[in-house]
Amino acid sequence: MGQIEQFPQPKRLVIIGNGMAAGRAMEEFFAKQHGPMKVTVFGAEPHVNYNRIMLSPVLSGEKTFEEIIIHDHAWYAKHGVELRSGEPVVGIDRAGKTVETASGEKVPYDKLIIATGSMPFVIPVPGANLEGVVTFRDLDDVEKMHGAADKGGSAVVIGGGLLGLEAAAGLALKGMKVSVVHLMPTLMERQLDPSAGYLLEKAITARGIDVYTKANTEAILGADCVTGVKLKDGTILPADLVVMAVGIRPNFGLGKAAGLECNRGIVVDDMLLTSDPDIFAVGECVEHRGQCYGLVAPLYEMAKVLASELAGEKPAGFVPAVTSTKLKVTGIDLFSAGDFSDDDINNEVVLRDPARGIYKRVVLRDDKIVGAVLYGDTEDGAWYFDMLKKGENVSDIRDTLIFGQAYQGGSPLDPTAAVAALPDDAEICGCNGVSKGAIVAAIQAGGLTSLDEVRASTKASASCGQCAGKVDLLLAATLGDSYEKSSRRPMCKCTDLTHEEVRHFIKTKPLKSQPAVMQELAWKTSGGCPSCQPALNYYLLCDWPLDYRDDYQARFINERVHANIQKDGTFSVIPRMWGGVTSSDELRAIADVVDRFKIPMVKVTGGQRIDLLGVKKQDLPAVWADLIASGLMSGFGYGKSLRTVKTCVGSEWCRFGTQDSTGLGVKLEKLMCGSWTPAKLKLAVSGCPRNCAESTVKDIGVICVDSGYDLHIAGAAGLHVRATDLMGHVDTEEEAIEHIAAVTQMYREEAAYLDRLYKWVEKTGLERVRHAIMEDHDNRKALFERFLLSQRVTRKDPWAERVAGKDLHEFMPLAVLTRIAAE
Amino acid sequence: MQEAQTYWFDVGPVTAIPLRGARTVKTPRREIAVFRTATNDVFALENKCPHKGGPLSEGIVHGHKVACPLHNWIIDLESGGATGADQGCARKFPVKIERGRIYLDMGMAAQA
Ligand code: SRM
Ligand SMILES: Cc1cc2nc3c(=O)[nH]c(=O)nc-3n(C[C@H](O)[C@H](O)[C@H](O)COP(=O)(O)OP(=O)(O)OC[C@H]3O[C@@H](n4cnc5c(N)ncnc54)[C@H](O)[C@@H]3O)c2cc1C
Ligand code: SF4
Ligand code: FES
Repeated sequence: MGQIEQFPQPKRLVIIGNGMAAGRAMEEFFAKQHGPMKVTVFGAEPHVNYNRIMLSPVLSGEKTFEEIIIHDHAWYAKHGVELRSGEPVVGIDRAGKTVETASGEKVPYDKLIIATGSMPFVIPVPGANLEGVVTFRDLDDVEKMHGAADKGGSAVVIGGGLLGLEAAAGLALKGMKVSVVHLMPTLMERQLDPSAGYLLEKAITARGIDVYTKANTEAILGADCVTGVKLKDGTILPADLVVMAVGIRPNFGLGKAAGLECNRGIVVDDMLLTSDPDIFAVGECVEHRGQCYGLVAPLYEMAKVLASELAGEKPAGFVPAVTSTKLKVTGIDLFSAGDFSDDDINNEVVLRDPARGIYKRVVLRDDKIVGAVLYGDTEDGAWYFDMLKKGENVSDIRDTLIFGQAYQGGSPLDPTAAVAALPDDAEICGCNGVSKGAIVAAIQAGGLTSLDEVRASTKASASCGQCAGKVDLLLAATLGDSYEKSSRRPMCKCTDLTHEEVRHFIKTKPLKSQPAVMQELAWKTSGGCPSCQPALNYYLLCDWPLDYRDDYQARFINERVHANIQKDGTFSVIPRMWGGVTSSDELRAIADVVDRFKIPMVKVTGGQRIDLLGVKKQDLPAVWADLIASGLMSGFGYGKSLRTVKTCVGSEWCRFGTQDSTGLGVKLEKLMCGSWTPAKLKLAVSGCPRNCAESTVKDIGVICVDSGYDLHIAGAAGLHVRATDLMGHVDTEEEAIEHIAAVTQMYREEAAYLDRLYKWVEKTGLERVRHAIMEDHDNRKALFERFLLSQRVTRKDPWAERVAGKDLHEFMPLAVLTRIAAE
Repeated sequence: MQEAQTYWFDVGPVTAIPLRGARTVKTPRREIAVFRTATNDVFALENKCPHKGGPLSEGIVHGHKVACPLHNWIIDLESGGATGADQGCARKFPVKIERGRIYLDMGMAAQA
């Protein structure tokens, strides 16, 4: 016993915070050889150390608190640690080397560790401090949520990140009606790309949880207790409980007050030492090389380094590492790691299985994996993550990488040989369970020669279309030389489907967003390309006018700013001049604008209206404002949309005129303006067959005759000159309008993006169009109704919207720097 | 190592640029296009296409690339270089993000 005196005095180690980083650091420390140390731990929470990340299953009821305890009282006793739980430290006296507790007691230390973690961020909206608004950080929060859930009712979770979704899923399991409000367009956007975000949203919605994306919280409602949440767009969501899960902030107040160097967190070096040589900091409260952390893996690494340093081992130091993420919601498998911001199709490998809800994407740079997103099947997450961390060169296995570790070793076959080599019972179409044998038999027995026929007779590729390429190869293999493969033109490199097939699936499945199309139709890329994005945007807008929100960023600059870009970066402005008719007031307004903005060129276009060329981008809203004030509006001279309706003077003035061609043209233009179409759409109405308005080279042309109106379609006079075909004859102006709108709608609904109307008619057949519009009266009326519905939604003057402030950022520089050093 | 002077200029919050969009910063000598990608990365290039000077800020942003609005050259946002068969390079400016705000390094702009 007397020998003890020969040991050096035990050092006094004080730890502030009894969370995961502190717990792990102690564990690592006690496992090492070390000098005598008297450890005191202060924890603000009145508990032993528990596994914070498992609070989610505790919330959902899948685990109990006892099950998630990391260190029980016996553990502290065994290691001689004095645990002072429920006692927050309120101050550090660095000169006197003591910490002060809430009760005013001063406890001395030789070495101090700050491990105070983070604090949940509460967005400062009105009502944020009402009773019933909680965060999700500790056991106390979970107990409050359990209390609310016991009473039933509804909960709103603000924040659709990892924490928010785990809270939402837990509360839903506890029987509450839950809504998630998320600021960004897709859930967990920091960890997932939009494709995986789409699948996640689908899975969350399937649990009965309502998801509101692009939703900004304006206020939390209620007098003393929460009653609801109000969004910026005016929506009110009733709520008895509001969970704020919008992010965390390092909890470094104590360190800052004590004068330690702090930035976003307490600044530490590679040994976790703060600016005071006797004070370390570890966990979420620190900032290391400019970075803060919010996941445990890097904190455990820090704990290791800190323990080693305390034990005097001179460790190599903490190095930041890539982290990976999983969501702990039973039944939802997702994994993400690294950087997946590059969506260049050459730098990624993507695998989608729509039938099983699987999406996998591995992002490569210089033949090394830099990121991975897996949804639905995360088995290979660890394998990819391992190669990512090691920086392994994967060029040899690139072709099979995406099939996972189990697949490696087999040599990849070329696709034709692979299909030919398949056994007869191999499943080609997963959705409809059609085997290779069945398809080959159908081709041979039925004399089938096209994919459409195979689809009709076997259902193969009729559901998601993912196997269309394979079926095509089978046709080629079965029919040999007699099969003309070139007849199928896939939409772009992202898919094997044609434009028409994609359109068909959008309508029938139905698919209402770009990520939905890409996932359910097994896109080969993660986010499409500049060629399919605008097409999909148009198809979705056309087919779901009430549901789909236009994606402006998928549009070409002209359609985004509603003016034509010129070679010098200025823009041209063409107001509508209905049917080519104008007035002194309009002309005066145009003249004034030209003077006021010094517009260099005024030209009469080939479309019977006036073009103002050379307008500076930032002047556009002001130019429009002046034009609008005089009743003018956007002429859509820039869009895949209705352009002009040219007219001649007609029966009102012309000695040959048979009908009011000018009046009909004006009516058509007023009815159809603002409509988006697969390619530009031009109309003309001529008052007699002399055809002064050049109706027979327009997409849709009307020739007035004594007995009524001849309706022509499918003309063009651009790169390709083509006279129209006669679609039919109608007797009245009213009928003419209905027939023209109906054929426009049919073209809108069926044509491939960028196909002018004549191209579509050539593909689908004039006779089919004629029958559908001239003879099938119910069909025509239905088309007309759908056209009107779509117009009700889209027919707004985009110039007026922008003058009123929409997309103002498009027209103003982000900043103007007038003085720059040395410039 | 050459010690280049840096002049960080605060040009505004990241959120002032739409996702997959761009805005410009005007300086006495040139216009700079500041891009924000779908995944919130920010890049800055001189707003001048290496082909015929097209305003890159008006192009469609996809991945870490932008398609020039005039003749569809694809410019890499990280390097400013034209991709594919096309040759040429738009000037690149260092950017940093702090507390949600964008800072441009004008030390670069000051030279040359
Ligand atoms: C302004 C105008 C020329 C003029 O000064 O008269 C014009 C100007 C342009 N035409 Fe045109 N076209 C104009 C009437 C025509 C006509 C005549 C007509 O509409 O009666 C045609 C032939 C008819 C036809 O379309 O079939 C015509 C056939 C084209 C084509 C070939 C289209 C085709 O499918 O073959 C293009 C190229 C394209 O769209 O890809 C084109 C493309 C263009 C673009 C948009 C080129 C571009 O991408 O920048 C020009 C925009 C200039 C600008 O900034 O305003 N323009 N263009 C005319 C505007 C009419 C209007 O008021 O909206
Ligand atoms: C619900 C939930 C789910 C999560 N899921 C995951 C996951 O799946 N994967 C993952 O990697 N990470 C997850 N995390 C994050 C992970 O829990 C944290 O990264 C980790 O707990 C941080 O450890 P820490 O020790 O730095 O902070 P904490 O664990 O928060 O510990 C800090 C402790 O210090 C105490 N304290 C603060 N101030 C004082 C003071 N003045 N005096 C005394 N004590 C004080 C606090 O009360 C707290 O107990 C999740 C977090 C939550 C809340
Ligand atoms: S359409 Fe016929 S009537 Fe009318 S102006 Fe031309 S030629 Fe004259
Ligand atoms: S100016 Fe950019 S592509 Fe021609």
